[in-house]
Amino acid sequence: MGTRECGHICGESSPGIGEAGKTGEWRDSRPVIDEAKCTPVRRNKPACFLCWLYCPDAVVSKTVPVRIDMEYCKGCGICAEVCPVHAIAMVEEDNSRS
Amino acid sequence: MSADYFSDSRPYEVRWHGRGGQGAVTAARTLAQAAHLGGLGGATASPSFGAERRGAPVSASTRISPEPIMVVSQIESPDMVVVLDQTLLKDDEVIGGLGSGGWLVVNTARPPDRLGVIGDFSVATADATAICRELGVMVGGLIVVNTAMLGAVARVSELVALANIEEVIRRRFSNRSAELNLAAIEKTYRTTLIERRP
Amino acid sequence: MKANSKKQDASQMLDGNRAAALGAKLCRVQVVAAYPITPQTPVTEALSEIVERGELQAQYVTVESEHSAMAVCSSASLVGARTFTATSSHGLAYMHEMLHWVAGTRLPVVLACVNRAIGAPWNVLNDLQDSMSQRDTGWIQMYARNNQEILDQIIQAYRIAEKAYLPVMVCYDGYTLSHTDMPVDVPSQDAVDGFLPPYKAHTILDPTNPKNYNLVTLANPRLNAEGVLCHGYMEIRYLLQEALEKSKEAIASVGREFGDLFGRSYASLLWEDMMEGAEIAIVATGGLAMEAIVAAEMLRRDGIRAGVIGLRVFRPFPRADVLRALQGCRLAVVFDRSISYGNEGTACSETKAALYGTGTNMRVHGFIVGLGGRDVKARELAGAVKRTLSLTDRGALNSESPEWVCEI
Ligand code: SF4
Ligand code: SF4
Repeated sequence: MGTRECGHICGESSPGIGEAGKTGEWRDSRPVIDEAKCTPVRRNKPACFLCWLYCPDAVVSKTVPVRIDMEYCKGCGICAEVCPVHAIAMVEEDNSRS
Repeated sequence: MSADYFSDSRPYEVRWHGRGGQGAVTAARTLAQAAHLGGLGGATASPSFGAERRGAPVSASTRISPEPIMVVSQIESPDMVVVLDQTLLKDDEVIGGLGSGGWLVVNTARPPDRLGVIGDFSVATADATAICRELGVMVGGLIVVNTAMLGAVARVSELVALANIEEVIRRRFSNRSAELNLAAIEKTYRTTLIERRP
Repeated sequence: MKANSKKQDASQMLDGNRAAALGAKLCRVQVVAAYPITPQTPVTEALSEIVERGELQAQYVTVESEHSAMAVCSSASLVGARTFTATSSHGLAYMHEMLHWVAGTRLPVVLACVNRAIGAPWNVLNDLQDSMSQRDTGWIQMYARNNQEILDQIIQAYRIAEKAYLPVMVCYDGYTLSHTDMPVDVPSQDAVDGFLPPYKAHTILDPTNPKNYNLVTLANPRLNAEGVLCHGYMEIRYLLQEALEKSKEAIASVGREFGDLFGRSYASLLWEDMMEGAEIAIVATGGLAMEAIVAAEMLRRDGIRAGVIGLRVFRPFPRADVLRALQGCRLAVVFDRSISYGNEGTACSETKAALYGTGTNMRVHGFIVGLGGRDVKARELAGAVKRTLSLTDRGALNSESPEWVCEI
């Protein structure tokens, strides 16, 4: 069975979770949120969410508390860079696994 | 080898010479339109290609045939050369390729025998400039002889009927300028002087 | 024009550019994006006036370049609009990148290419180097020999494009057609509406059903989020080639149907004149294929059985048709107004390639003529054929490289 079955005649795709593949496999360090510092958690209401806004893979939830989908988080570290209160630390995968 | 190659069915070819702004292209187009209106299956008209500037010598061409025209190359041996400005006759290229049986039609006050052009083609002259001045056929203060000269063309060639030329003019111009142009065409037609050479 | 309002003649005196604009109008194009360039400019002027007068319900998008013109056509086509543009020479070259994008996205954009030489040096007159240099972009290319064929092929182009989901370039000679008046039968709007149904996009960019187009596509196929195996880059390009090959059928069937409706058949991808019993074939493209008929008539009068093959469709290249048409010929003389520098005339290589593997003894000889508006007369074509023929008969013909008809 070839690729004809997909029915597309050009480079077409529908936006959806995992459309770009399992990008979680790209990760060599993971973002870890310190909830004690994270603004929405501290105030217990929706606020800030800059990490949600800037995440290029759209894997950060806009919830209290903020959650990151590790299956697709590629570990780019942008969330850690933009967090105004430095609540996110990038932790090497090997360390966090042990 | 050129002449023997042409069959009798080759189109009738008219080359127009004028100066940029004198309307040689419009005249070429009007003649083709009149031929088309007259039911001839083939009629084409084109400007000389490239840059055109006011006052600079320009040419245009009309091809007429009962059959659709296949030729797209430039005219080499015209059957008729129409000159809108007699000063252009200084350039030998203007009558280039015009052979016996052909017609040279010139806007000039001179009669054919005093034109000083040597060749074995017939010559017709008309003072379209004087006619247009008298009638007031002008655009932006300049005398425009291109339509008037169509009268001289109709006079020497039976290919395109005067009535069809007039109909094209009627369709193209508003009432007032159509009247002026028609008057100029008719007067030019009547006053054209002809010298036939075998 | 006043003439039109007075009397709606079916046959009108039109120059090529007006014929092209009228063709687009009759096809009820919805978006026009074009940038003026000599000798295409009157097409853009005519269409902008037609839109301005409200005779055509279309968006006329003024752009700052040809690259943008094609980008606008691409986007408009993707949201379901029938689109048209026109250009020449350097404008087409500037569009080059977008031509690839449009073909790869399989968008049925129609482009009128008013053929003009390309620099350097600067030249505004006719040859075919501009469109021939775009032959590998995945566009269908059709060539017109006269203004009737410009109008007719633009109308057919939309049917073909929207059937095959391929963009179509309708090419015609700058000046010798674009600026030359000749009689053109203009079909009625009703007749064209009957021939050309409204455009149905293969896919429509729509916020309520979001889609991605032309994301980075890797070499290999991949499973998408729903677990469906999707094309890699190569599969998508394969489909483009397959569509072009298949489009030959669509071009012929649309051309036949056009003939049934309008009385002028385009059922063949070639024009064949006097090929019956011909032993010499003159092969040419565009207006030159018309002038070549006059040359063939001259040769016939001299007892040389010549005929003319006009390449109406150049992409997809009608290999099988060329082979069939050349059956029984011993010599094909190809006149090209474009060249693949370092090799030979564009149509000449294609003709030779079509014959490959057939075991034919036929000779194919190429001439380069008419570049940058150099006039090409029928008697010159006939003379070149005669020279080639006498060299062939003496076994002295060398067709390794093309012969240039110029005064170097
Ligand atoms: S910004 Fe980068 S590191 Fe942070 S959640 Fe998104 S993908 Fe992961
Ligand atoms: S950017 Fe920092 S503070 Fe803001 S929501 Fe994300 S983790 Fe919390």
